[in-house]
This record gives sequence, C-alpha cells and structure tokens, in this order.
Amino acid sequence: MASVSNDAATHRGPGRARWLVVLVPYVWLLLFFVAPFLIILKISLSDTAISMPPYTPVFEGFGAIGDFISELDFENYVFLTDDPLYIQAYISSLRIAVISTLLLLLIGYPMALAMARAPTSIRPTLVMLVILPFWTSFLIRVYAWIGILKPDGLLTLLLQTIGLMGPDDQIQIFRTDTAVFIGIVYSYLPFMVLPLYSALEKMDNTLLEAANDLGCPPLKAFWRITFPLSLPGVIAGSMICFIPITGEFVIPDLLGGADTLMIGKTLWTEFFGNRDWPLASAVAVILLLALVVPIMIFQNQQKKVA
Amino acid sequence: MKSSRFDITVLTLGFAFLYIPIVILVVYSFNASRLVTVWGGFSLHWYASMWSNEGLMDAAWVTARVGVLSATLGTVLGTLAALALVRFQKFPGRMLFSGMIYAPLVMPEVITGLSMLLLFVALGVDRGFWTVIIAHTTFTMCYVAIVVQSRLLTFDRSLEEAALDLGCPPVKTFFKITLPLILPAVVAGWMLAFTLSLDDLVIASFNTGPGATTLPIKIYSQVRLGVTPEINAICTILIGLVTIGVIVASLSTKRAEIRRIRDEHLAQRQGI
Amino acid sequence: MGLPFSFQDDFGRNGAPMAKTLGPVKRKFSPWTDPSAVPFIRFENITKRFGNFTAVDNLTLDIYEREFFSLLGPSGCGKTTLMRMLAGFDEPTEGRILLQGKDISGVPPYRRPTNMMFQSYALFPHMTVEKNIAFGLEQDKLPKGEITARVEEMLKLVKLEQFAKRKPNQLSGGQRQRVALARSLAKRPKVLLLDEPLGALDKKLREETQFELMDIQHTLGLTFLIVTHDQEEAMTVSDRIAVMERGVIVQVATPAEIYEAPNSRYVADFIGDINIVDGTVKKTDSALGAPGAVTIDCGGLTFAAEQECQAVVGDNVAYAVRPEKVRISPEQPADTSVNAVNGEVWDIGYLGDFSVFIVKLDDGRVMRAAQANVSRLVDRPITFGDRVWLSWPLDAGLVLTR
Repeated sequence: MASVSNDAATHRGPGRARWLVVLVPYVWLLLFFVAPFLIILKISLSDTAISMPPYTPVFEGFGAIGDFISELDFENYVFLTDDPLYIQAYISSLRIAVISTLLLLLIGYPMALAMARAPTSIRPTLVMLVILPFWTSFLIRVYAWIGILKPDGLLTLLLQTIGLMGPDDQIQIFRTDTAVFIGIVYSYLPFMVLPLYSALEKMDNTLLEAANDLGCPPLKAFWRITFPLSLPGVIAGSMICFIPITGEFVIPDLLGGADTLMIGKTLWTEFFGNRDWPLASAVAVILLLALVVPIMIFQNQQKKVA
Repeated sequence: MKSSRFDITVLTLGFAFLYIPIVILVVYSFNASRLVTVWGGFSLHWYASMWSNEGLMDAAWVTARVGVLSATLGTVLGTLAALALVRFQKFPGRMLFSGMIYAPLVMPEVITGLSMLLLFVALGVDRGFWTVIIAHTTFTMCYVAIVVQSRLLTFDRSLEEAALDLGCPPVKTFFKITLPLILPAVVAGWMLAFTLSLDDLVIASFNTGPGATTLPIKIYSQVRLGVTPEINAICTILIGLVTIGVIVASLSTKRAEIRRIRDEHLAQRQGI
Repeated sequence: MGLPFSFQDDFGRNGAPMAKTLGPVKRKFSPWTDPSAVPFIRFENITKRFGNFTAVDNLTLDIYEREFFSLLGPSGCGKTTLMRMLAGFDEPTEGRILLQGKDISGVPPYRRPTNMMFQSYALFPHMTVEKNIAFGLEQDKLPKGEITARVEEMLKLVKLEQFAKRKPNQLSGGQRQRVALARSLAKRPKVLLLDEPLGALDKKLREETQFELMDIQHTLGLTFLIVTHDQEEAMTVSDRIAVMERGVIVQVATPAEIYEAPNSRYVADFIGDINIVDGTVKKTDSALGAPGAVTIDCGGLTFAAEQECQAVVGDNVAYAVRPEKVRISPEQPADTSVNAVNGEVWDIGYLGDFSVFIVKLDDGRVMRAAQANVSRLVDRPITFGDRVWLSWPLDAGLVLTR
C-alpha cells in the first residue's frame, strides 16, 4: 500500500510536473515581457550618457538600490513636457488613432453585418477572404499603397484616364495624413471586421423576427436590437485597433509626411536617429501610460470571452 | 437571412479595397519597366535580379530560420500557457499571468521592441540572431496561447478523465489524447506565429545585430529609398507562399469536414 | 508493481459470452439483509465541498459485491460527485471510501480498479473502436495476443464485431454507447461506474439497452454503480436504489420498497405519480413502531392507513396514495372499512394503457385515480362531470412522517 500514501496529496498525478505547465511560460513572460518594462522605467529616469550603451548602467549590484532612489531623475520627463513637439506628437497620435478607429468602425461594421447576413454556406469563405490579407506581410501591404498614392502613381493615372484630372495634374495624397488614414484603415480592417463579425454572427436571428413581429420596423430594430447586442464586438474591435494604432510606426513613416506627428515615429527617431535611449524610454513610458486604460478594457473584454 | 443589394455592394467594395492593392503589387512585379505607372510588358526580370541580390537572399534565409525557430518555441510556450489559463483555475498571480498573455497582442511594437532591447543590453547580451528569436518567441507565444486556449475551452474533459480512468497516467494522457485532439489548433498557432515572425519589422529592428538582418528590415530599408519592382517580386513570392499555405490548410480542413459528414451519414444509414 | 490492488481475479478469464436471448434465471439476491455480509464499497461519512457549496453532506453508504446499485436524484443532488469520488476524479473533503475494506483515498484514478462509462461516452475520436477498447489494456502492458483476444471478446459481448475498424464518428448513438460500455468493461474492473449511461438514447433503444445492461451485469457477475435522474431506468435495472437530495441520501431500498413504501414526501413525490395531502394523526391502533391502523385527519376528510406507525397522535404528517391503487366507481363502495371520498370528474387523461381521472372533491381539492384500460371500450362508463366515488383499501394508504 506504499504507493497509496505516496500519492495521497496529489490525486491528480505528479504535482510538481503539473506546475511546470504554469511555471515555464510564466517565468518566460516575467523575464522577457515584465522585466523589460521595469528596465525601461528605470532607464527613462537615467541621465543620457555619451558612451555605448548610451545610458548609465542599470545593474550596479543590489546595494545600489538606495543610490537609485536618490538618483531618480525626471529630467527626461521634464524635457518631454518642455518641448511642445512631444506633446503634439502624443495628441496627434491619439487623434489619428481615434479618427482611424471611427473610420474602421464605419467601414468594418457594414462589412461584418453583410457577412453575418450572408448565406451560411459562403460565410467561411468570406471570413477567409478577410483573414487572408492579414497573413500577408503588413509591410508589403503598406508598400503596395505607395505605388498607388504616389503623385506619379496609379491613382493619378486612373484619375487622368477617366478624365477627372488633367494630364499634368497629380494627386497630392502621398506623404499626408490622408495617406496615413488610408494605410491604417487598410491594414487594420481585418482586426475590426473579425470581432464584429463573431459578435453579429452568433446573434439569434429570431430576435429580429420577434422585434418585427412586435411592430418594430427593420431599421429601428437594428438600432434597438442588433447594435446593442454587438457592442462587445464593437469594444473588442475598437480596442484591438486603437491601441496598436496609437503606437504605429511603419504606416506614418512610409505613407505620412514630415508633418505627420506620431509618437511611434518620434520614439523611433529618438532611438535610431538621435541615439537618445533614455528619452526614447521616457517616450515609451508615457505612451504606455496613455494606453493603460484601453489595455485594461481590452483585457476585461478578452476574459469575458474566455 | 437574405442578403440585400446593400450587403452585396458593401462586401464587393470592402473586398475590392482589401485586394486591389495586393493584386496591383503582384501584377507590377512582372512589369518590364521600372516605372510603376508604365506597363512595359511581361517580364521575369525582377525575379532574376532579386535572385541574384545576395543581401536580399541572405535576409530571406535569416528570416526563415528565425521564423521556424521562434514559431516552434512560441508554439511550445504558448500551448503551455493556454493549458495554464484553461486548466489551472487558481494559482498565485493568475491575473498577472493572463495580463501578460493578452497585453502583447495589442502592445505597440515600438514599446515591446525597445523594452526588450534594453533588457538584452542590461544583461550584457550581444544582439543578433538569438535575441530576435527570443523577442519573436515572446510575442508570438501569446497569439498561440489565444488560438490554443479557444480550442481547449471546447475540449471535452471527460476524454482525459476516460484515459485516466483506463489507467493512463496524466503526462501520457496529454500526449496520447489531448495533444492529438488539439493538434489542428496547435498547427494553426504555429502557422500564425511563423507568419507574424516573418512579418515583423519593428521588434526585429530593435533587437537585431550584425549578420542578422531579416527580410522586413531589408525590404524597409530599400522601400525608404524608393519603390523598386525587385521588392514587388519578393513580395509576390511571399504572398504566393502564404496563399498556397492558407489554401492547402483550408482544403485539408474542408476534406476532413467532407469525410466527417460522410461518416455521419454512414452512421445514420446503419441505424442503431 | 506498486499497484495497490490486483483486479483481474474476480471473474472468469474468458468471461461469459452474452446470452443470445436472455441470461440465466435470476435468483433472489439481497446481501444487504444479511448482517454478516461485508460491503464491497463503503462510503464512510463522506462530505464534499466545492468552495461554499456542499455537494455531498456526511453521507454513509454500503454497496455489496455483484449488486446493481443506482444513485437516483435530480441534477445537482450530488450523485455524480459521489461517483466521481469513487472513480478518483474528486477527493472527499471529509470521510473515506473503502473498497474491499481498503481506504482508497489519494489513489489516483489511473490506479483504481474501477472503470467508468461516461455520460458523453468520451470515446477517443482519433482512435478506432478496436483501439478505444484496447486503450485500457495497453496501459496495463498486457501481451499483444491477450489484448487482441480481450478486444474481440468485448466486441462480441456488445455485438459490434463488424465495426472494429470504424472511428467513433462513423457510428450511431447506440453503437457508440456499446463501444463505451465495452471499453469500460475490457479491464474487468471490480466496479463499473455508469454515469447516465442511457441518457442520450431514444426511449425505445433505452429500454432495450436497460435489459442488455442487466444481462451483462448478471452474466459477468460485476458490481455496477449507476447514476441516473430517470426513475424508471433506476427502477428497471437496480437491485437497490439510493434516492438523493441535496447531498444526502433520503432512502436506500429495493425498487419495490421505494415505490410502495417511500419513507418521505420527497421520495414518494419523486418516484411515480402520487396523491399527497397534509394532515394530523387522529388515532393510532398500536404502539409506536408496531404495525396497525393509523387514522389521519386531513382537514375535514379522514383517511386511514395500515402500516408500521412512526407517529403519535397530534403529529403533522402527510397522507399519500398512488393513483393506480384508487378505485373509481359511480356508486358508493359496499365495504365501509375502506377509505372513500365523493367528487366530480374534472378531467380525463387517456394514456393508452391507462386512463387518469382527475376528480374534484366536494371541498375543492383534487385527487387522481388511474385505471387500466383492460377492454377496448370506446365509450367509457365514467365521463366528464359524473359524480363518482374514489376508494382504496387501508394498506394502500401511506402515512409519511417526513
């Protein structure tokens, strides 16, 4: 009976091995996802040093924690608030993200609705058609728009051909905010459509029939029944788009102009251009702070789904 | 419900918007002319010049290796994370854990990339091939976790209980019963992880080092210099590979589906 | 080996093939009446809590070898939890479970000599029927030849020989049920646990399968523990039934006792159809615990029952009588010693084999009487609105003190 007593505490099998399932990904994420944030916070409070790596070292040993507290240096943050460029970049990022998210909703919702109302047999194909562009490289898709939007690009050619534009005129979209909006909407559309679709698709059709039966006309039924029930999808889709758009770098860099201010681009420039790591870190910390609330909303939404 | 004319219009316009740029990109990779707006006839010239562009080919090779390694590592870790999320209702820091899984999905890449870089610098690790792999593993594992988690949520636990009941110890049960049954989700997770790794510019840019230039970094630096059909050519190849992959995957699931329906039909005809 | 039990010694190596028609004639089997009999399974003061919810509350129960035992109750009464604790999927919060006198606490499910047939069948979808049945045997590392032989034997037992190479999704519901049964029997468990085994089958198939299950159990001489919410199923298959409610056992008895002598309103109401009225004990003819007539005052009506009296005068009790024990007639019964009431036919439910008469008594209360439709009369002698007498003998009435 020895085996019985050995197993007594762990009736679900070898307990320690079981906990490895949690422990391995947990430790990995703590080390490579959480620890970096602590470091970024610390560095954002450091002095800029000229040497390589261009900041004063982080690990001086644990005895240095006291020193660290006394050394706290908000200089980078002060600098960020002093220079209107950074504040403008934050505001501009948020503005672009809000407008893009609204545009995405405006375009994505009718698409998701049309997909949800399509015959059951073709729905999987439609879903695949939405997902497929997502599998192709983000960079490639943004790149594709350059050829279209360039002053001597295909859009100009098209407009000239159909006669909406004189042969010598060129369309001036490339390297403007408009191009950025087009690029963002194009790149993020699948992320908006899919959560909306999954919310709309599982909705019980008889609800609308019941509403119609009770004398509610279709358009009103949409606002009173369909839309409120799709709100979880609206929130999920909006957050999935809004958060990364705020920190977007590739699209404003490739499609935007010199005056397109976005914080992701600013961070990139500080880091790769000016090699000011502490300032780049401070920019990242503030960006993160701005996104804490949306991220929390997103996480709650995800937990409800799971 | 019936699709109205409105629905059909919306879908047509929506999909046109999604696909026209890609189609144009592919078409112009076969353009003999260097100019985007001028069609100079069909040519494979740019494919040849791409093929002989050593920098581009090296980058493609690095990307493939990074993709396979990080996707594999990310799939293992992500599957474990999904099991942890679904099967372990209580453990210290569960909130933090699920937060760490969901946050990277929406975290702006510049933040993830920069913070990882600073970790490597702080640890005194030289940046290069392996740091890119670690960075990619970290964010792809979260996607894998979400994909596998949604499969595990609908997994019939009594299958595992039946195996235990029949004398199969837990770890063996995982490999004989659970894993084979969630395999489609794990494979889908791997494919997603691989594509994400293939696609990533920002995180790789922060964490790469000498000799580990990935394809997106290479493409990006060329794109900044201007549009060249050579880029169109390599993009077309990537799009082609992905499309083939997706079509093969969907055909095989479709075949499995047809087989399932036929089986069920057979079972019904047999009666009792 | 480190296995706490050996569990292949209990029945014939080759098992007995299932009878083509009916199994051997059953003999009277009632070890629970034998005070010297040793229980095969004993649940001893078992309590199981999930957080604040008490699923099983200080429950003690003995089950004997070769018994076909049912746990019967509505969903959430703790019956499945009790079975899962025996299988080893849940551990009791308090108390212990003894199997052949040995405490099996802490023994993981994969080392317990019990096998379970799951409600969902839990057939491994990626394995053939054959592989499913062989799965448990492979875990014991039996020689290949023996596994093959045992699988064949099991396939034959459940009449699925020609389906060996099929996958579960290529089978009908009834076939899947048989595979699940074969798989759980293949290891020759000491106890077979069946969780709502027939719940997914349609009525006709379910009834057939009930008899097959009984045959298999009888032929193999195994102990079966079945969990069900279907009282007819429990009545049909079991040697004994434990009726459960909110984590406790209300009554353990044979099907006939449960039906004819329920010990509480709950059991009486749960099993079959019954008329129940509240009342107080007016008179008892014998001492407490001794048999005799008990007269109950039910608010203006007086009913009597002949049974062991568990109440004294003045106690609040319930008086109950099964509808099929109630005779319905246009005239007052001649025998004045029986219980009799007068009323008007309010409704008639025609069930084919039975008709149920719903009779409104003069004080407004409603009583049901069931009558077998023995002849094919289209015109029934009693119809809506008729004045009728309902009567039943003293031994048909039940006085329920709980």
